[in-house]
Order: sequence, then C-alpha cells, then structure tokens
Amino acid sequence: MSGYLAVLVVVLIFIVIFQIAKASEYVSILKGEKKSRQQSNRVNGFLMISFLVLGLIGVYYCNDLLRGKMGSGAASEQGEGIDSMIMWTLVITGIVFVITQILLFWFAFKYQEKEGRKAFYFPHNNKLELIWTVIPAIALTVLVAIGLRHWFRITSEAPKDAMVVEITGKQFNWLIRYPGKDGQLGRKFFKNINEATNPVGQDWDDELNKDDYMATEMHLVVNKPVKLIIGSRDVIHDVGLSHFRLKMDAVPGIPTTLWFTPKYTTAEMKIKNDNPDFMYEISCDQMCGAGHYSMKANIVVETQAEYDAWSAKQKTQFALAHESAAPAAPATPVADSTQKAVAVNVVKH
Amino acid sequence: MSNEATLHSQQEVMHGAAAHGHGHDDHEHHHEGGFISKYVFSMDHKTIAKQFLITGILWAIVGAFFSVLFRLQLGFPDTTFPWLESILGHWAKGGHISPEAYYALVTMHGTILVFFVLTAGLSGTFSNLLIPLQVGARDMASPFMNMLSYWFFFMASCVMMCSLFVQTGPASGGWTSYPPLSALGDASIGSKIGMDLWLTSMALFVVSQLLGGLNYISTILNMRTKGMSMTKMPLTIWSFFFTAVLGVLSFPVLLSGFILLLFDRHAGTSFYLSELFVAGKALSNEGGSAILYQHLFWFLGHPEVYIIILPAMGMVSEVMAVNARKPIFGYLAMVGSMFAIAILAFLVWAHHMFVTGLNPFLGAFFVLLTLLIAVPSAIKVFNWITTIWRGNIRFTPGMLFSIGFVSTFISGGLTGIWLGNSSIDIHLHDTYFVIAHFHIVMGVSAFLGLFAGVYHWFPKMFGRYLNNTLSYIHFWITLVGAYLIFWPMHYEGMAGMPRRYYDYSNWESFKQFGDLNHFISIVVIIVFAAQLLFVFNFFYSVFKGRKLTTTNPWNATTLEWTTPINPGHGNWPGEIPEVYRWPYDYSKDGVDFIPQTVPLSKDEEAAGGH
Repeated sequence: MSGYLAVLVVVLIFIVIFQIAKASEYVSILKGEKKSRQQSNRVNGFLMISFLVLGLIGVYYCNDLLRGKMGSGAASEQGEGIDSMIMWTLVITGIVFVITQILLFWFAFKYQEKEGRKAFYFPHNNKLELIWTVIPAIALTVLVAIGLRHWFRITSEAPKDAMVVEITGKQFNWLIRYPGKDGQLGRKFFKNINEATNPVGQDWDDELNKDDYMATEMHLVVNKPVKLIIGSRDVIHDVGLSHFRLKMDAVPGIPTTLWFTPKYTTAEMKIKNDNPDFMYEISCDQMCGAGHYSMKANIVVETQAEYDAWSAKQKTQFALAHESAAPAAPATPVADSTQKAVAVNVVKH
Repeated sequence: MSNEATLHSQQEVMHGAAAHGHGHDDHEHHHEGGFISKYVFSMDHKTIAKQFLITGILWAIVGAFFSVLFRLQLGFPDTTFPWLESILGHWAKGGHISPEAYYALVTMHGTILVFFVLTAGLSGTFSNLLIPLQVGARDMASPFMNMLSYWFFFMASCVMMCSLFVQTGPASGGWTSYPPLSALGDASIGSKIGMDLWLTSMALFVVSQLLGGLNYISTILNMRTKGMSMTKMPLTIWSFFFTAVLGVLSFPVLLSGFILLLFDRHAGTSFYLSELFVAGKALSNEGGSAILYQHLFWFLGHPEVYIIILPAMGMVSEVMAVNARKPIFGYLAMVGSMFAIAILAFLVWAHHMFVTGLNPFLGAFFVLLTLLIAVPSAIKVFNWITTIWRGNIRFTPGMLFSIGFVSTFISGGLTGIWLGNSSIDIHLHDTYFVIAHFHIVMGVSAFLGLFAGVYHWFPKMFGRYLNNTLSYIHFWITLVGAYLIFWPMHYEGMAGMPRRYYDYSNWESFKQFGDLNHFISIVVIIVFAAQLLFVFNFFYSVFKGRKLTTTNPWNATTLEWTTPINPGHGNWPGEIPEVYRWPYDYSKDGVDFIPQTVPLSKDEEAAGGH
C-alpha cells in the first residue's frame, strides 16, 4: 500500500514540475525570446558560480568526513611506497583539478551573455597551446618515473630469506598451504584434487609434500618478507590485500607471485586503528561467481615466537589425508571460513 | 544575414547529388513511400538516427533501472522490498535480491550502457544524423547498409532482451565476461544459456557497428560537398570519423575473442581453459590461457571507451563554440589531439591487466603510453576552457551540458592518471576507485555529451524545441547528483573496497562505509527520477513541443541549419550548398556568425585549416 502511495507522490511531483515548466514556457513566449533568454542566462550563470563554490566546499567536507574511514595507512613496506606515490599524484592532480574547475565555472559565470558584450575572436595561439602541451608532458614524465621506480621495486624478485606461502583460490574460499620444515612446496597436479583429503591436488609421491600443511588463516611474521605463490583451481580470483596496498590475480593454469613485508602485527593494528575487531582480510577482487563477495580469509601477522608456536601445532596434509582415508572420515582440515560467511548471509536474509 | 538568403544565393553546380541518385529532379517524389519504408525500414539517415536514439533511450531506462535495483541492495542490505519479488520472482525471494540476481543486474547494467546506449545510442544517433547533414551529402554512402546497421542492432537488442527472461537468467560474469567463469556453466548460473545469448547478441552488435562504421568512414571521405575540405569539417565530423575508425579496427578482434569463447563453451577446445577443477570434478582442458581472452577483450575494450567519449567531445566542441559565440580554440590542435588519442587507444589495453601477472617490463611500456594519453586530453580541456574565455555565453541546455561535460571529464580524467600508473593500480585495481573513475570520465561525461547533443540537435531532428525549464532541472540534478554519487566512492576505493560485492557487512575492512552506501543509493534514485523527467520531456516535445519558426535556431554556421525545418530524404530541396570557410566564424570582424556557405569577402583571411 505504501508502495502505491510513494508512486502516487512521485507522479504528482512530476505533474507539478511539468505544469510549472509548461507555464514558464508560455510566459517566456509572452515576454519575448530575448528577454526570457537573458533571464535564464542570469539564473544559470548564478547557479554556475554557486556550483563551483559549494562544490569546492563539498570536496573539503567530504574529505573531512571520510578520511578517517580509510584506515591507518599502509601496513607493508611496499604499501608505504604506494601511499607516497598516491600522495604525489594527489598533489599534482589536485592542483590541476582546482585550477581547471575554477577557470571553467568562473569563465562561464563571468562571460555570460550581456547586452553590448562582443565575444573575442580568438581562433588559436601557438604559444599557449605549446605551454599546455609541454607542462602536462613534464608533469607526467615525473609521475611515470616515480611510478615505475615503485613498480619495479614491488615486482622485483623476492629476497632469498622470504618465507613462502601458497594461496589457491576456489569458489568461494582460499586454500592456504605452507611448505613445512623443508621450506619447499611439494608438486601438485589438478587431477589429484580431492575435496575431502587433498584440496589443492598434492602429489603424495613427492617427498617435499610430506611436511606441507594447510591452514585456514594465513599466519605471517612481522617485518619478515613473505612471497605468495598464487593460483586458482577454477575461475580467476584475485588476492586482495587492502591493508598492504597490494593485489594479484589468481589465474587457473598460470601461477603468479607477489611479495611484501608486513610492518605491523595484528595486535598493533588493533591499537593503531582503535578497533579491537581489526583483522587483516584477504578479499577476492576479481568477480568469480555468486559467492564472490564472501570469499574471505584472514591474515594474522605476529612475532616470530608466536608464529613458531602456531606452526608447530599444524598437522601435515599428508597425515590428515592418510588418516581420513578410512571410510566416512569427515575430517577436512580446511574449515571453510567463507561458507560460514555465506551461511550468515543466508540466515540474515 | 539570413540563411535562406544565402541558401538561395547559391548558384553552384550540382555536386554529389547525382552520385547516389538523389538529384533534385526526383527529389519531390522521393519520400512518398508508405509508413513501413518511411518509419520502419527507412534508408533515410535522419530516420535511422532517430531509431538509434529512441532504442538507446529505451535501453538506457532499462540499464539505469538495473542500477537502481542493485543500489537498493548496496544501500539497504537489511531492508526487504516486497515489490521486488513481484517483478523479479524467485530472483528476489522475500523482497531481497539474491546474489545471482545481483550479479546478473550488474553485468547487464554494464553491457547495456557501454554497448547499447553509449555506443549505439550515442555514436549511432549522431553519426547518422550529422555526418550527411554537416558534410553536405544527401545520405550515407550506402543507405541500405545503414539501414542494416540499425536492424542488426535491433536484433542484438532482441536477443539480449530475451536473455533477461530465460530460466537460468542472463549473463552474470561482469560486462567483461572473463573466462573461465563465463565459459563454464557449472561455475555460475549466468554462464549457462544466458551467456550464449549474450555472445550471440554481442556478435550481432559487432556486425551492426561494422556496417555503420564503414558507412561513416566512406561518407566522410568521399561525399563531402564542394569546398568542404577535411580541414573545413566541424569537429563533430572529425570525432565521428576517428570513432568509426577505432570501431572498425577493434570490434573484429572482440568478435574473434567471443568466437574462441564459444568454441571453449561448446566445441571442447581449450583456448582459455587450463587445469580446472569445477563442481567436484577435474576438467580435461589443459594448455589454454585465461589471460588471452583479456588481451583480446581489452584490445577492443580500451578503444571502446574512446569510441564512447570521442563523439561526445566532438559534439561538445561544436555546441560550445556556437553558444560562446566564439570559434573553438585551436581547431587543428583539437583534431590533432583526437588523432593522437585514436592512435594511443590501441597501445594501452594492458593497463587493465597490471595485476594479472603481466611481465613488469612490458607493464612499464603500458604505463608510459597510458599516461601519454593525458597530454592530448589536457590540450582538449585547456582549449575548451579558452573557448569560453571572453565569449558571450548563452546558457542553452546544450551549453550547460557541455560545460558539465568538461567538468566531469577533468575530474574523471585526472583519476585516470592515478590508475594508469601501475604502482598505484596495484592497490586501486578493481576497487570503487575504478568505479568512480570510469563512471565519471566515460559514463557521466559521455551522457552529458549525449544530452548536449540531444538538446542542441533536437530542433533539427523533430522541428520542435524541448521544454527549457525541464531541461534546466534535468541538468542541475544530473550534474550535482553525479558528483554526489561518484565523488565519495574514491574514498571507498582508497580503503581497498572491492567492486562487484553483493554485501559488505561481514567485512571488518569495508563495513564502515555502510552509511555512505546508503546515502549514495538515495541520490541514485533521485537522479534516476530526473532522467525520467528528461525522457518525458523528450517524447512530449516530439509531438507537442514548441515549433521552430526559423531554420537556424541557434544562429550556427554549419550546413545542417541550411536545410528546411523538416528536411525530406535528400536533405536539401535544391542544390547542395557549397562551402567556402571553416565552421567556426563566430564574432569574426564584428559579425555574430558567418555560415560556411558564405564566400570569403575580398580582403578576408580564411581562418582555421587552409
């Protein structure tokens, strides 16, 4: 019922606006074309300059309102480079933005049609055009140079002492595998995949696989570089690390890598962000199907001691697979955090 | 100096008319065909333009309404809307859009607006309307192909519309339709029959674009009236020319990508598929590359954004010059920068793929070339601003939308400098920052350009005016609303909030933007209502608008205003006028405007291109 009422109100508003518009058209015919044009010119000229002023105030207000919601800045060394890059770009584009918008709307207001004003015949001016070709070109060269320096640094080879973690996307959660004591990940092949016992398709004939273990959360050591080996089992996903300012696609059949150095532990970030629930989250950033929005895994950044304690408690996938080889063993080590998230949504709706 | 006078003073030889059989002798009898040949299977470029425009408007309503629906989900995730169930059925059980429906809506919103509205509806309408009228031709090079172009678009529209009603729903893998998601029906419900219909529709659409584009190019190159050298063409024509070239060169690549995708879907090939484990079983495909599709897609996909924005740029240049009563500043620089944009458009596609695992060294070249595009774009912006400097500006609705276009083009263009730089893109890729960027720079800007064109050339199309008051209301709500919707999204993006999420409430990192999403959704509904006001104004004015009393309502110099108020097929009842000067002689030597058809006086120096 209230729905119909809302529609009725909207229709009524439409009719009122339309009647006013029609009436004003008749009035303008009566007044004469020239006079009504002058009047609408004045109104729109005023609106132009008001839009400029209110718009710039709005930009400031919006920044004031939302700046705090963006979190406490980058949480990785690489991310800090990106943040500084954003800062430089913001300053340069911000200056251009303010100048050009002011000129645009100020000119629109100032040079509105007036009795007796003659437009200035000014078809071209090589000097001016040269100026605004060369200055942007220089500014952009600077930005490209700084940008590529960061780009090559970020995409460079990971340091030798980096820890290695494999992360594999599937619809709709992340499978995380650690190389175990030997520091090397074992071979895998997609046809070995078994949902219950072997989610990434490890090849049990490979000795390197014997000590690899799977985890539901990614545990990382603060200030220690980590290299992610990224893959996908089904469609394209993307490992999105918003706090570290990084992301990389997970492409089936083509492994990708990404390395970074976390700077703050989860506990430190809780304080920095003044949020006891703070959690580093891996979001899927590439559209991957109906559950895309729920494809989450958490990262825990901790000290070396905490990490070692956690690592020691993990059971290898080889052991889990072989003890659950007994019929009807339900033990699947990859508790599905995202399934829970989906379930929460389903219940809520 | 009235145009009628100048038109009748033309005593030039018949030019161009005989070439395609519309000599003025048989002209009187030409448009006496029945209703079908006049309004349905018409070969008159003006009628085809109107068909593109009206089809585009209908699609725009659908596409925009879809965005209202999914914004309801984003802005009011905890509210139920029982009426949604009445229109969407099991896709919105209990008044709540399901994730599958959400992704279908998002995908269709993108597809419809990018291809059907801003490609067909924008360049289809105005290329058809303005090319023959502004270069001085009686029709397109091949009116028949031109008609086919519309009807292929119509068929594409029908197929796409059908896909909305199939059991498993339309395509839902995003407007880019990346495989393997789009290749495997088991991976997503939208990748079943809906995806086949999507691909079929898009294939028909590509055919339509090619038929249209070849026509535009050959008409512009071969059928200009006497005296209309390339450098005397209005910037609109230049922009349509570059747009058509881009389309003709890049759409076939897209089609090839789609055909390979169809093979992967139905013929068991592995172009894009490798090492997959889907729905509990390993597939036999090995050796394909999912990234190959992205290269093929973005080889069109990037030129596509210029296909959308170039016509808007051309029209805005024209409308600004007319209403500032000044020549466009730096005509040759404007042409040159469009040319540069057209070339660079083909060399930057991989900037959509910085985080796919692309070779970083290769990525560096794409960074360089991408940021290079900012130079011609900057030239254009400064030239527009200089065009209004010391003008005598009339705020017609067309002019307002043109100024709005420049404003949003600046705002959205500047954030392109952020995203084109790969190191920033690693963070901002696929976040709301990207949504904000491309909606402002090619969504809103292109729409503002489209509206500028509609308001400016409506009198030529229908011999009537649109209602001014409604136009002003439409403009101000649209401009203010667009900024309110998309400006705050930059902040969401900088926090890393991913796009294409159905619900953010379970994310500790993104749920703080709930209030903002709520606000944005409310503005979306208001702006949508304002667009309906325009649609109403449009259709009402077609039949009931104030009638034109002069052939040249804006006192413009270009050829389309030398035709009668309601030109028949063939455009000029007499000879095609001859052209003597460039189209931007406004306020020259104290004369308000000098039409292109007026010969240079003895001691007058020709301006612009020589």
